[in-house]
Amino acid sequence: MNAQTQNWVDLCELTAIPQRGARCVEAGENKIAVFRTADDNIFALEDKCPHKDGPLSQGIVHDGCVTCPLHNWVISLETGQAQGADEGEVQTYPIRIENGNVQIDIAKIMG
Amino acid sequence: MTKKLVVIGNGMAPGRMLEDLFDKSPDAYDVTIFNAEPRVNYNRLMLSPVLSGEKTYEDIITHGDDWYETHGVTLHKSAKITEINREAKTVTSENGITASYDKLVIATGSNPFIIPLPGHDLDGVLTYRDLDDVERMIAVSNTGGRAVVIGGGLLGLEAAAGLKMQGMDVTVLHLMPTLMERQLDPAAGYLLEKAFTDLGIDVLTEANSKEILGQDGKVTGIRLEDGTEIEAKIIVMAVGIRPSFDLAKSCELEVNRGIVVSDDMRTSDPDIFSLGECVEHRGMCYGLVAPLYEMGTVIAKNLLDEEAIYEGSVTATKLKVTGIDLYSAGDFADADDREEIVLRDAANGIYKRLVLKDNKIIGAVLYGETSDGPWFFDMLKKETDVSEMRDTLIFGQAFQGGAPLDPMAAVAALPDDAEICGCNGVCKGKIVETITAQGLTNLDDVRAHTKASASCGTCTGLVEQVMALTLGDSYNPDAVAAMCGCTDLSHGDVRRLIKAKGLKSIPEVMQELEWKTSCGCAKCRPALNYYLVADWPEEYADDYQSRFINERVHANIQKDGTYSVVPRMWGGVTSSKELRAIADVVDKFDIPTVKVTGGQRIDMLGIKKEDLTAVWSDLGEAGFVSGQAYAKGLRTVKTCVGTDWCRFGTQDSTGLGIRIEKFMWGSWTPAKLKLGVSGCPRNCAEATCKDIGVICVDSGFEIHFAGAAGLDIKGTEVLGTVATEDEALEYIVALAQMYREQGYYLERIYKWAKRIGYDEVRAQIMDDPEKRKGYYDRFVHSQKFAQVDPWSERVSGKDKHEFQPIKIAQMEAAE
Repeated sequence: MNAQTQNWVDLCELTAIPQRGARCVEAGENKIAVFRTADDNIFALEDKCPHKDGPLSQGIVHDGCVTCPLHNWVISLETGQAQGADEGEVQTYPIRIENGNVQIDIAKIMG
Repeated sequence: MTKKLVVIGNGMAPGRMLEDLFDKSPDAYDVTIFNAEPRVNYNRLMLSPVLSGEKTYEDIITHGDDWYETHGVTLHKSAKITEINREAKTVTSENGITASYDKLVIATGSNPFIIPLPGHDLDGVLTYRDLDDVERMIAVSNTGGRAVVIGGGLLGLEAAAGLKMQGMDVTVLHLMPTLMERQLDPAAGYLLEKAFTDLGIDVLTEANSKEILGQDGKVTGIRLEDGTEIEAKIIVMAVGIRPSFDLAKSCELEVNRGIVVSDDMRTSDPDIFSLGECVEHRGMCYGLVAPLYEMGTVIAKNLLDEEAIYEGSVTATKLKVTGIDLYSAGDFADADDREEIVLRDAANGIYKRLVLKDNKIIGAVLYGETSDGPWFFDMLKKETDVSEMRDTLIFGQAFQGGAPLDPMAAVAALPDDAEICGCNGVCKGKIVETITAQGLTNLDDVRAHTKASASCGTCTGLVEQVMALTLGDSYNPDAVAAMCGCTDLSHGDVRRLIKAKGLKSIPEVMQELEWKTSCGCAKCRPALNYYLVADWPEEYADDYQSRFINERVHANIQKDGTYSVVPRMWGGVTSSKELRAIADVVDKFDIPTVKVTGGQRIDMLGIKKEDLTAVWSDLGEAGFVSGQAYAKGLRTVKTCVGTDWCRFGTQDSTGLGIRIEKFMWGSWTPAKLKLGVSGCPRNCAEATCKDIGVICVDSGFEIHFAGAAGLDIKGTEVLGTVATEDEALEYIVALAQMYREQGYYLERIYKWAKRIGYDEVRAQIMDDPEKRKGYYDRFVHSQKFAQVDPWSERVSGKDKHEFQPIKIAQMEAAE
C-alpha cells in the first residue's frame, strides 16, 4: 500500500466525542487520540506525548491545543508540534467528518 | 409643504445634528423637539465645572430660547414622549401633545446605572447625569459632611473632585484595582489615584459595596463586602450608563444593547433615525461626545438625501478636574503585535505612553502634561506613519526636527558573553536575544525559554536587571502575576469579579472579563471551574472538560497512563468484609500493586482506564465510595484509636475523625485538604502537620490549621480550643469554607492562611460567631450538591462510553 492510497473508516458519531474532549482509538498496536474542539473541529494525533509518552487523549483541550496530563506540555492539535519553550512533535493523522460520522484514514497508520 | 421633522430628546447629539441641518438647508424641515427635561440644550460635558462651582448653568447653555425662535423650532419642555405610532407617523407625549412626522429622530440618550444594593432607594442616593443631579449635590454639600462616590471612572472622579471643591469630605469606591481602567493603563491609573489622594480625596480600589445604610429613609453610610463602614450624607453612583431604548422597543424598532442603527443611522424603520448614547452601531455604544457629533452630521446629510454613512469612531477622553491633566485615546492594551514608547518623569509627575502598531499610533495615554494629546490623536485617526519621527515622537510636536536621541546609550557595561546563570551556563547575550526574539515580558517566561535562574535561583536579581535593560519601562517586576496567559487579571481579581458581577459559567467569565483566548487553557479552566463550583454550588453545572484528568475520571493517572484507585476508609477504619472485597477486586482485575497510603487507606495501582467502571462497580457493591484521592478537595481524615483502645486517649478521636469525614466528603477545595485527629497530645495521627488538625485534650479539642509536610515542612498554627465535639465540627467546617471562598486555585491552606494572616482567620472563625455561622451554613448548603459518589454515578451509566477506547476492526483484520 503506498502513501497516496486512502482508506477512510468510520470511528464513531461526532457526538460520541465530548466537545473540548477526546476519545482514545485503538488501531492495532497504535493508540490514536481523536480530539473535538469547542468549535467542532476534529483532529487525530498519536496518543503519545513527545516528552514522556503521556496519553494526550486524557489532557485538557483548549483552543487548538491539548495539555498533556503528565507534565503539562502543550501540543498543537493541527501540527502536532509542542508549543511554548518545549520542543517535540507528535504524529498527526488525516481525519474528517462525513454526515456526522468521524472517519480516519487508516492508510497512513498501516503504512 | 415643508416636511416635518420630530426630534425626541434635546441633548447634545440632536443639538449638533440640527445645527448641521440648518447650516445646510435652513428651511427643509419644520422641526419639533420634545424634551423630558424642563430646559433648553446645555453642554453636559460641563456639568463638572458647574458642580465644582467654577461655572454656572447659564455658562453652559448651548442653545438659548432665542436659538429655537430664530430657527423656527417648536420646543416642548417637560414633555416626555410615551408613544410612537409608526403607522400613523405620530408621537404623543405624557402631557398629551401629539405631533405628526415625516422623519423622526430618537435621541433618548442613556440612563445612569443604579447598582441594586440594599438601600439604593434611600434619600441621598444620587446619580450624576443631569443638572438636577448637580443641583441636588450642591444643595447637600452646603452643609458639609462626607460624600461617597461609587465608581472611579471619568464621571465618578469628576463628581468626587467637584464635591470636594464644594467643601465635602469625599471617598471614592472603585471595584477594579486601578482608577479609570477602561481609559488608562495601570501606571497612569496609579498616578491618578495619587493625585486624588493629594487633593484630600480618599480612594479605595477593589472596594466591593455591599449595603447602603440608612435611618429614617435617609442615607447614613455604606458598608463594604469586607465589613468596612463609611459614614456618608450622600452616595453618588457613577458606575456607568445604559442606553435608554424603552420607547424604541415599545414601538418594535430593533434594539439590542441600544437602538440598532445601520451605517446611515437609520433604525429598522427607514423614516426613523436615532443617534447619541441610546444607539448601538456596529455593536458599539458610545458615551463620549465626539462620536455623537459625527453621528449628528451623518443624519443631517441623510435627512437632506445626501448619502452619508457613519463608520464608527475612535475616541479620546480628557478628565475635567482642575489641577489634574489626563488624556487618553484609542486602544492601549498590550498585545504581541504592538510596541510602545513610554516617557516617565516621576519628579514632575509626567507619564506618557504611546502604543504603536505597524509604525502607526493606535493608542495614547498622557498624564501630567497633555498638550500633545490632540496632535497624537490626530495622527492616530489619520493612521500617520510615524517611523520618521519615532525616536523623538514621545517628546511631542514641538520637538520634531531636533536631533534624535540615543535611547540605548545607557545600556549596562556587561559584555554579551558575560555569564549570568552559572547553573545552566546562560550568558547575557542569550537572555537579551531570547527576550527580544520571543517577546518575553516576565521572569517565568524568561526562565522557561532560557533556563536562566531556573535552577538555584541565586542569579534572579541579575536576570531581572537584564530584563529591565532589554524591556525598558515596560518591565514591571512587581506586577501581580496574572492567572495565566489568557488574562491579565490575577486569581484574586477573578474570584472577586465572579462574585461581584454574578458570573456563573466559564464562557460568561471569559466574555465579561475579556479573556484573550477563545476557550482558555489548562491553567485557567480548572481554576475557573473550581471558583464557579465553590461560589455557585446550586446553579453551576460542573464542566468535566475543564477538570484535570484525575478529577474527570475519579482516579489518579500514573506515569504509564494507567490509573490508581483508592476507596474511602472512613477515619482509616476497615473490616474483614471490606478487605475481602478489595482482595477480590485485585484478583479479578489482575491489579499489579496494592499499597497502604499515608492517609490510612488502600491504593490499588496499575488499573487500565477501560477497567475503571467495572472496578468501581465491584467496590460499590461492597459499600465503598470514591476516596477522592485524586481531588482538589477533601481527601482523608487520619485518626488514632483514641479512647476506644488507647490508655492515653482523652476523647473519641476515631469517632470525631469519621464524623468529620462523613460530613465533609465530596467538598471541593482550592487544593487538596487533608485532616488529622489525634486523641491526645502524643499526636499519633500527626495532626500538627495537616491542613487542619485536632489535638484532643481533657478539656476539649484544640483545633490546628495551616500545617504542611510536602514541598514545605511547617507545623500547624493553633486556631483555638473548643469544649465539645459539635463545636469542633462547626469550627473546622467554617474554616474549610472560608478557605474555599478565598483561596486561589492550587493554593494550599497554609499558603492562603499566610497570605491573609493567621490572626484574620482566628478573628473570623473563633471570635465572630455570625461570620462562623455564615461560613458553616454555606458549606452545608454546598454539600447538598457535592455529596454525590462519582463512582456510582459513572457505574450507573453517566458518560460511560468515555472509558472505552474505540477499536478499528479493519486494523485487527489487517494484522
